[in-house]
Amino acid sequence: MSDLNEVQPVQPVSRWSDAFKKMATSQVLTSILAIVVALVLGAILIAAADGDVQRSWGYLFSRPGDFFSALGGSVGSAYSALFQGAVFNISSSYTVGQFFAPLTKTIAYSVPLIFAGLALGMGFRAGLFNIGAQGQIILGATLCGYLGFTLNLPAGIHLVICLLGAFIGGALWGFIPGILKAKTGANEVIVTIMLNSIAIFLLGWLLTLQAFRSPGSNMPVSPRMAPTAQFPHFFGTTIDLGFVLAILAAILVWWIMERSTLGFRIRAVGENPDAARTAGMNVSMSYVWVMIIAGGLAGLAATSQLLSSPAQQLNIDIASTFGFDAITVALLGRSKPLGTVLAGLLFGGLRAGGYLMQSSTGTPIDIILVLQSVIVLLIAAPPLVRAIFRLPDPERERKAEARAHARAAKKEVAAS
Amino acid sequence: MKKIAASVVLLTAAALALAGCADAPQTNDSFLACMISDQGGFDDKSFNQSGHEGLLKAESELGVTTKASESQNATDFAPNLEAMQAQNCNLTITVGYLLKEATEAQALVTPDAHFAIIDDNQIVLPNVKPLVFKTSDASFLAGYLAAAYSTTGTVATFGGIAIPSVTIFMDGFVDGVARYNEDNGADVKVLGWDKDKQDGVFTGNFEDQSKGQNTTKNFIDQGADVIMPVAGPVGNGAAAAAKEAGNVAIIWVDADGYETAPQYKDLFLTSVIKEIGASVFDTVKEAQAGNFSSDPYIGTLANGGVGIAPLHDFESKVPQEVQDKIEELKADIASGALKVTSPSDPQ
Repeated sequence: MSDLNEVQPVQPVSRWSDAFKKMATSQVLTSILAIVVALVLGAILIAAADGDVQRSWGYLFSRPGDFFSALGGSVGSAYSALFQGAVFNISSSYTVGQFFAPLTKTIAYSVPLIFAGLALGMGFRAGLFNIGAQGQIILGATLCGYLGFTLNLPAGIHLVICLLGAFIGGALWGFIPGILKAKTGANEVIVTIMLNSIAIFLLGWLLTLQAFRSPGSNMPVSPRMAPTAQFPHFFGTTIDLGFVLAILAAILVWWIMERSTLGFRIRAVGENPDAARTAGMNVSMSYVWVMIIAGGLAGLAATSQLLSSPAQQLNIDIASTFGFDAITVALLGRSKPLGTVLAGLLFGGLRAGGYLMQSSTGTPIDIILVLQSVIVLLIAAPPLVRAIFRLPDPERERKAEARAHARAAKKEVAAS
Repeated sequence: MKKIAASVVLLTAAALALAGCADAPQTNDSFLACMISDQGGFDDKSFNQSGHEGLLKAESELGVTTKASESQNATDFAPNLEAMQAQNCNLTITVGYLLKEATEAQALVTPDAHFAIIDDNQIVLPNVKPLVFKTSDASFLAGYLAAAYSTTGTVATFGGIAIPSVTIFMDGFVDGVARYNEDNGADVKVLGWDKDKQDGVFTGNFEDQSKGQNTTKNFIDQGADVIMPVAGPVGNGAAAAAKEAGNVAIIWVDADGYETAPQYKDLFLTSVIKEIGASVFDTVKEAQAGNFSSDPYIGTLANGGVGIAPLHDFESKVPQEVQDKIEELKADIASGALKVTSPSDPQ
């Protein structure tokens, strides 16, 4: 039987073609191609919305050159503005700082998305579809903000207290659906959506109170955060401690999920809760822990807004749409920490570049939302991407390979 | 496999080609006027739209170059202002009181650039011009008209957010109704705003039309038959509720709703107009000629900066003597014989 171990691959495959096959069936490639398809679709929309393109379309056949130059012009200038707003500014390269200023903004915008994306990714891997990041961010912001503008503490301690506040606020809002799921089986999707609404109205109501109101203002905004509760900046850029914390959080999440017993339990519960229960794991408690940690991480997303300088104020829009964008980020990042960081940077870049694109070329900002949505749509349907690019189906390849192996093994057995 | 490699190469090439044909940044020798909306967007059928129309008019008539950016929420204000400033705008107009903080911050960072802000006059900087309106003048007339038109003896108003540029409408409206009651010994009630306490009904934002619809339904249930929503696009929700109820009239604000929201035109008794477009146009014109000043522009009934829209379809439903009385009041306010006051009046 010893020669069974020496079973050669059925067909000798060259190393390159093997590498190609691996690449073609990898999830990373699907993600990248999804982004490419989104950019192409976005280009079509940008062109369709452009006045020059519409005009030259009218006389396409008499002078096609006009149409194509208008097409190239509108799409090219929009995407080049998007790029220059997100990565580096080619036109104003006076100093290294200005050259990379857009990149530092991208990084700054990515911080809340990374935090909230990590939070949602953890839930997804435990089989929990947590839509509640928005509410968890708002609660984190509320507590962090309140501690930030009322307390009077030395610089470092104040910052830590605010960070703790953000974590606890978010964790509390995550704990509720977690415990409801664990004890009563309440569907976390519905509970978290409802808690999002409760959070926004809770903050809205708090901002009507004197305790949360900026003195002398009739606007629903809080006083400014104390200077002691602000992230230090690096090298005079918009990058602050928040980004470092986000990266540390990503590493921590990786460690929890891949190296700790808790992470093993979470993944087991996510793969198959019944099997995990049979194996003696406490499924309910796993849900509760995931939601507490995820809620806390989402709560920390608020800190990048509140603790940045110049001094910020707590307002009803503090969570922007981060909680919902983060769902996309987590999906694109395949719920893995590294993927989430990269996806967060991409979406941060789309946000940063979107402002410049809109202001310099007048391209409607909604294009950014279309790009994000198409990316997610394609990520959610890998066969669609494979069909567009005629990529092999990894499942089928694997099955075919398994069949071939089985055949070969059978032959070996028969021969011996 | 070759196919894949080929398509990857092709796509990369296409991407590079697209990036390659981007225009080099233009040198701006003409005057560049820029505008940033609040959450309502430039299609809000209300004050963002009016402002944007003024900007477009300046583009076509004054030959200035224009750029405009929409904000989707408050976190967009500062980045939008910054991105606009990177375009080297000569004048940047921010639409709305909500952009006050962001405008002030940007104006301090770029003291050489000029700014104008609509509906706020609290920024005191040499490079910021406030464009404000004594809207109470015009909404007084609308309040009088509403009281005269109402058959149930109850009218109502509500706001988006309790900020001066909103409550000033409601103050004038309440005073107009009070004047009608005084003149005619009537007792028309106003729901939704207490001028003395400066407290009333607000939907909490300028976006959520369903809240406008619910608020309006509540008012209708309490017997109101003329309603003035002062909440930008949220007013569309009010119009939807009025349409459903029938026999309820709406008073639109900022622009003439008969033209900007034609799907509801048969509901509009009148509109309280702020000539935001005209103020934007004039400001651009001044700045282009090199005469920018930080003196506030104050739109009044006298200078035509505010007014009420024609009655359109309601022309025949409002008695002639009421229409005459409105004209009389209008002349009195314009001449200063009649003073309409509000705590939110621009100084």
